[in-house]
Amino acid sequence: MELDNIEKLLEKYFEATTTVAEEETLRAYFSQESVATHLKQYSPLFQYFSKAKEERYTKQVPLKPRKNYYKWLSIAAVAVLSAGIYFGNGYLEQQRLDRENAAFAYQETKKALSLLAENFGKGTEKMAYLNEFEETKQKIYNEN
Amino acid sequence: MVYTATEPIMNQTEFLSVVMPFKDKLYRLAKRLLVSTEEAEDATQEILLKLWSKSKAIESYNNVEAFAMTMTKNFCLDRLKSKQAGNLKLVHSNYADGQTSLQKEVEAKDSVDWVQKIMEDLPEQQKLVLQLRDVEEYDFDEIADLLDMKPTAVRVALSRARKTVREKLLQKHSYGIG
Repeated sequence: MELDNIEKLLEKYFEATTTVAEEETLRAYFSQESVATHLKQYSPLFQYFSKAKEERYTKQVPLKPRKNYYKWLSIAAVAVLSAGIYFGNGYLEQQRLDRENAAFAYQETKKALSLLAENFGKGTEKMAYLNEFEETKQKIYNEN
Repeated sequence: MVYTATEPIMNQTEFLSVVMPFKDKLYRLAKRLLVSTEEAEDATQEILLKLWSKSKAIESYNNVEAFAMTMTKNFCLDRLKSKQAGNLKLVHSNYADGQTSLQKEVEAKDSVDWVQKIMEDLPEQQKLVLQLRDVEEYDFDEIADLLDMKPTAVRVALSRARKTVREKLLQKHSYGIG
């Protein structure tokens, strides 16, 4: 009676039409001692599945260290970043001032140089009078 | 703890109580795909740490187990793919695999262990289906969701996998007797 049922279940099992509960019945049947001789060949299959279920993951999961590591890493990163922004800003400011100073100095030099050029021009104009004087002097010499 | 403000909503104890019931399933799935115990342990640890880093979001998933199983499956399949892509690692793992299978050959006097060896040779999808059904006892709809297949396709793959294992087991059985 029971054997008949097991045979039917086996047939269904290989067609994959058994339910989880029916498969449990099969595993239970094949895990006991008195398995019908002509069905013994299937024993390893169901015994293996029962055995495979027993396998455990026994390693510890290192949850904490990694968490702390990340926390400290992020704190360090924030520190470096804010230091960078602080000193970086100072540096940029300094550069801007340097540029402004240079521009100012350039303007001043230009002003001074143009002043010089202007006065130099005036000097040349005056030289023209001297020239006039020379010409007149020559004329006077020639007439005498 | 000093930094209470930065602690995730879910604390470590709560997280472990969520993860504990299925961590072995993740490991067994990883081992089914990756075969090597060390690699399966590494993969499981990786997945659990990933889950932990997402522990804030975990409460919003209605099925954390299914989510974690899918993650594990994808992670292991990626591992296998990158191995097959071929680099120095391939040489190494080939060497290691040869060694372990030789070792298993010696160990697998027992026909129960033969089933494991037979399963190693199945295509990945059939491996997954058989693992999820016959070891983890998921129903077809759950497996279909996990593997992104239709339930009928799951049934076909499962039937095929079971028949292949039976055939190879019977071959072995008759050799053993003869």
